[in-house]
Amino acid sequence: MKLDDLAGEAWRALGANRLRSALTMLGMVIGVGAVVLMLAIGAGAQYMVNRAIASMGTNLFIVLSGASTSGGLRFGAGTTPTLTLDDAEAIGELPTVAAVAPIAPGTAQFVYGASNWSTLVRGTTPGYLKVRDWPLAEGRMFTRAEVRSSARVVILGQTVIENLFGGADPLGRVVRINSSPYTVIGTLAPKGQSLDGRDQDDVAIIPVTTAQRQLFGSRFPGTVRYLLVQARSPKLMQRARRQMEALLRQRHRIPAGQPDDFTIRNLTALAQTASRTARVLSIMLGAIASISLLVGGIGIMNIMLVSVTERTREIGIRMAVGARSRDVLLQFLLEAVILSILGSLVGAALGVGIAWLVSELVAMTVVVTLWSIVLAVVVAAAIGIFFGWYPARRAARLRPIEALRYE
Amino acid sequence: MTAPLIRIEDLHKDYVTGAGRVPALDGIDLEIGAGEFVAIMGPSGSGKSTFMNILGCLDSPTRGRYLFAGEDVAGLDADRLAAVRSGAIGFVFQGFNLLARMDALDNVALPLVYAGVARASRRRRAAELLERVGLGRHAHHRPAQLSGGQQQRVAIARALVNAPRLVLADEPTGNLDTHTSVEIMRIFAELNREQGLTLVLVTHEADIAGYARRLVRFRDGRIAGDEVAGGGAP
Repeated sequence: MKLDDLAGEAWRALGANRLRSALTMLGMVIGVGAVVLMLAIGAGAQYMVNRAIASMGTNLFIVLSGASTSGGLRFGAGTTPTLTLDDAEAIGELPTVAAVAPIAPGTAQFVYGASNWSTLVRGTTPGYLKVRDWPLAEGRMFTRAEVRSSARVVILGQTVIENLFGGADPLGRVVRINSSPYTVIGTLAPKGQSLDGRDQDDVAIIPVTTAQRQLFGSRFPGTVRYLLVQARSPKLMQRARRQMEALLRQRHRIPAGQPDDFTIRNLTALAQTASRTARVLSIMLGAIASISLLVGGIGIMNIMLVSVTERTREIGIRMAVGARSRDVLLQFLLEAVILSILGSLVGAALGVGIAWLVSELVAMTVVVTLWSIVLAVVVAAAIGIFFGWYPARRAARLRPIEALRYE
Repeated sequence: MTAPLIRIEDLHKDYVTGAGRVPALDGIDLEIGAGEFVAIMGPSGSGKSTFMNILGCLDSPTRGRYLFAGEDVAGLDADRLAAVRSGAIGFVFQGFNLLARMDALDNVALPLVYAGVARASRRRRAAELLERVGLGRHAHHRPAQLSGGQQQRVAIARALVNAPRLVLADEPTGNLDTHTSVEIMRIFAELNREQGLTLVLVTHEADIAGYARRLVRFRDGRIAGDEVAGGGAP
């Protein structure tokens, strides 16, 4: 007996009781739909986190000055400016370091025409764009020469441009920052929210020397609040850290046994934790949804058991006209598998549909992946086989004379 | 003289019940030749239904030999018995036993599905047989849309569809009125006479048994009589 004939018999048997078949399928529809939807939501969360992480820059360290002790009193990190621009230069020359950017941050009032806007200003060096993996939208970055000469040039983030210029082209315009004129030489590409929800595009970048000498002034000229350092690869993170520690201790002439006057933090580790959290969330959502898949499978087993009992006589007739127990087994198994696969296909479509609705209506990022659909359908088919097996075997083990006598 | 299609020697069938072993068949010896038309009669509990089940390879004997077309089928497992049924035996039941959700054509074609015949030739052959039992125009009716006599004719077509060497009919007229019974028995007699079909029929009605050419009487699990019958002449 050929498989396609058996499938035909199975299909007709299911068609004979459409309402029941549909209701049985509903269990699988809901189960697979839930799995696909939950995985899409989980993947969406992961995508958001990963995008936020990527926007921060990769293989990133932050080097803070401070943790100093003065007369027994300990001050927090960043309180004593010990990091200099020369430190940044020296770190930049380490073989494990790809790029370094000293940061002198502050806020300032921007005025252009009738518009004004207060924003975060970062005084830094050309290496900043590389460290943050942040491309320019238009224009150019300032040069090392402009850093040396404390040029009054500025690169604006998208939020600042929107608030100062509306739709106009900012390149080449002169804005007033705390009353001094600066020429806009470039614009930053949009970056979106950071992990902690801040708008990363609400920022302006100027040469670090300009920030220190002209815009903010500094009690300790030539020092910066912190450095951003990018290692060449994830594998080199540990070695880069050790080299930086050794280098800074040597440059700051810290005797052995004394604590560091700086702090190095691995930003990537933090990001990895966030990513792992998102992944765990995604797995948990999937696991909860899988329970409904299991319930759907039990529903199939339940109905198939009823069906076998109800169709005992039919089984007897089929056996009398030559069906082997294997034929009967396969037919009932196929009925269960058809139910579960059809149900899972409908469920997958439903899950994708609802995921789309959610992303449209709730403005939530959902990512439907092909593998989640394939996985759900394959698991559903496996569940159909697993839960269809027992009823099918019961049918196949019936003895023909008893089955024929069954009323 | 016909060659023996069926040879049964010292056949026993015991049922195990709460009261111990109950013999349903207690030493049956019987030969049936190809082309014979045999009626089996006996009171209920005489073992004739048990005998039919074993004859039809639906059940296995406890003891004894059953040679079907020269092959010993007494000790075959369930799947081998199914293969014998599929290839060589057709059944007609008292309650017709058609599948309600299939039309007449599909019911008739069902044995061919399990014999591995391709769909197109299945349908052709089934249509042919429906034609032969006079139901060519009812091929797409479901059993519920047919009268009892028509349903039994569909069942006969189904029994014949795989060109069996033996057709077993268990009280085939039990659910039918007299007029329809005559109609059905004429079909059987004709099949036997014109095509040499080997037929074994269980009945408790003497006039139905009268269509057969040989009458075997069962009593208490044994053969109580074996005689030449009317030969379907009325």
